[in-house]
Amino acid sequence: MNNLLPRLPFADWIDDGVDWLVDTFGTVFDGISAFLKGTVEGAVTLMDLVPSILLAVIFAVIAYFLSTRGIALFTLIGLLFIDYLGYWYPMLQMLALVLTSVAIALLIGIPLGIWGSQQATVKKIINPILDLMQTMPAFVYLLPAIFFFNIGVVPGVVASVIFSMPPTIRLTMLGIEQVPKDLIEATEAFGSKTSQRLLKVQIPLAKSTIMAGVNQSIMLSLSMVVIASMVGAPGLGEEVYRSVTQLKTGKGFETGLSIVIVAIILDRITQHAGNRKNKKVAK
Amino acid sequence: MSDQEMTKKIEVQGTTKIFGKNTKRAAQLLNEGKSKKEILQATGATVGVKNASFDVYDGEIFVIMGLSGSGKSTLVRMLNRLIDPTMGKILIDGKDIVEMNKEQLREVRRKKIGMVFQNFALFPHKTIQENTEYGLEIQGIAKETRLEKAKESLRLVGLAGYEEQYPNQLSGGMQQRVGLARALANDPDVLLMDEAFSALDPLIRKDMQDELLQLHHDMGKTIIFITHDLDEALRIGDRIALMKDGDIVQIGTPEEILMSPSNEYVERFVEDVDLSKVLTAWHIMKKADTVQVDRGARVALRLMKKLSISSIYVVDKGNRLLGAVTAQDALTATEEGKLLEDVLIRDITKVSQDTVLTDLFDTVSTASVPVAVVDEREHLQGIIIRGALIGALAGNGQFINNDPVATGVNEVTDHE
Repeated sequence: MNNLLPRLPFADWIDDGVDWLVDTFGTVFDGISAFLKGTVEGAVTLMDLVPSILLAVIFAVIAYFLSTRGIALFTLIGLLFIDYLGYWYPMLQMLALVLTSVAIALLIGIPLGIWGSQQATVKKIINPILDLMQTMPAFVYLLPAIFFFNIGVVPGVVASVIFSMPPTIRLTMLGIEQVPKDLIEATEAFGSKTSQRLLKVQIPLAKSTIMAGVNQSIMLSLSMVVIASMVGAPGLGEEVYRSVTQLKTGKGFETGLSIVIVAIILDRITQHAGNRKNKKVAK
Repeated sequence: MSDQEMTKKIEVQGTTKIFGKNTKRAAQLLNEGKSKKEILQATGATVGVKNASFDVYDGEIFVIMGLSGSGKSTLVRMLNRLIDPTMGKILIDGKDIVEMNKEQLREVRRKKIGMVFQNFALFPHKTIQENTEYGLEIQGIAKETRLEKAKESLRLVGLAGYEEQYPNQLSGGMQQRVGLARALANDPDVLLMDEAFSALDPLIRKDMQDELLQLHHDMGKTIIFITHDLDEALRIGDRIALMKDGDIVQIGTPEEILMSPSNEYVERFVEDVDLSKVLTAWHIMKKADTVQVDRGARVALRLMKKLSISSIYVVDKGNRLLGAVTAQDALTATEEGKLLEDVLIRDITKVSQDTVLTDLFDTVSTASVPVAVVDEREHLQGIIIRGALIGALAGNGQFINNDPVATGVNEVTDHE
């Protein structure tokens, strides 16, 4: 085969493209980089101002209001346990990274999902890109991210955003499309504007599906923290990575368990937040 | 409604809907007179509604009826452009909504046309109150006004007190009342009701039909009602358009459809209809022979002899029914010199002309003199004889009136 067809230099083209982007938009990337770094580090600093026990209580109270008493209790005990193990600060760093990347993913993903649900063409373009984003090994995002944003927390955030955005977009589109056709007809028949139809009927009814997407995005973002640590993102992921490279099984388990605890807390809270309104309607 | 003034509310002129990609070619074939099936095979496009033309008058209940796939739902959706017609005009109050831009169309939907859906289409995340308010809310109407109008509208459909419930806490019948209240809250001129009662069980459905007729009577809105149920169509429709395969096969009053079906399809459709629930006293009544009370017993007697009848109805000068007198009593009165008034049988059976035949059986079978048909002011309209009742039930057209002029009162004056 190699002899019959000339080998097209795809890899070179991509490298050239990345170089061109870096040369041309260097300042833009620097700006984004500074912003993301500031956000994550600012969040860590802010959270670290509060004593660990008090912060655990605050999180538990938030959990109580968004979900159930059981989950609030688990949040309190889980966080105190992480503090007890001595991973409080890395946990905060990880949390800041996860929440920042999820926030960005939602900020881009939900509007894109809504747009896609309204325009068949947009959906046709978005869908294959989402397939690509989800199937491409996550490590691959790290390389260009380093070029654009140097090493550290920022390429970690960027890679997490790309990796965690697809479920939010997909489930936002799905949720809006699943609103029964006769309800859409009803909104139209009464003379709703597109924005009224979306805000008053479609999005409220799609809320639990959209929240399932948010939940998935958070989980995917958490799964990226170890990978992100390979480009220098600090936090629990970094601790896991270090334990692996130093063959410290015990420490690996402790840090791994801490990530699991944070994952369970975030998962349960977002699941419940999505189902809350529906429970009220269905009673 | 035939006695109301006949202003055209909606005019549908040559409206056609073709679904699919190749609509231009399909439209061309349609003009050449090809059938729905041939067009589907040739172009892959489906003809939903084929060149429909009809007028809906202000204040009438116009029923569009047909089996599933006949295009009735497509037709009604074109009236508020939930579906855009491929060809043709749809005038509402003289303005073509097909030509309207988004803004104008929205205005028409908000102010002029309300819609009620088969499966209610209530918003499950909103309370009954919020559902009812929806049409007003999107118009940006102030909260208090909205609240008031929605409450009033809910009261009209008998749902006062359910404001804070959610739709899934209500039964099907109640949910559809909310659907109706939501449409009424905007105070539209025209109500489109797409199989509105088809999802309800028969007893509830009948109640809803009665209530709709009552509301229609009170509010006088133009209603376009879609149904696949002939009994429902006959029951509530002032006029009915019967559809088949996208064509309007016949338009007419319930009687016209039943008594003179325009083709075999309609005939087959209506052959199983229970006539006794459709025909009314008006359809089978005959001219009544009457005598004015001040003419006296002697004149009454002579009239009965002349007409060879054994009793005659007695009216006052204003043609108001007073009673009946038998030949025997009239004779007695003549002999004893009494007034006609003294021998009147005042206790006679009267029915209104809207009474359906089912409700007449018992009355007619037990009455000793023919049953009198009167209007609300006691004016005698006609009489019902047993033979006509049985003949009409047998479907014999000779016993059924279609022409109001043929009925009425034959004022007998005895010129000597």
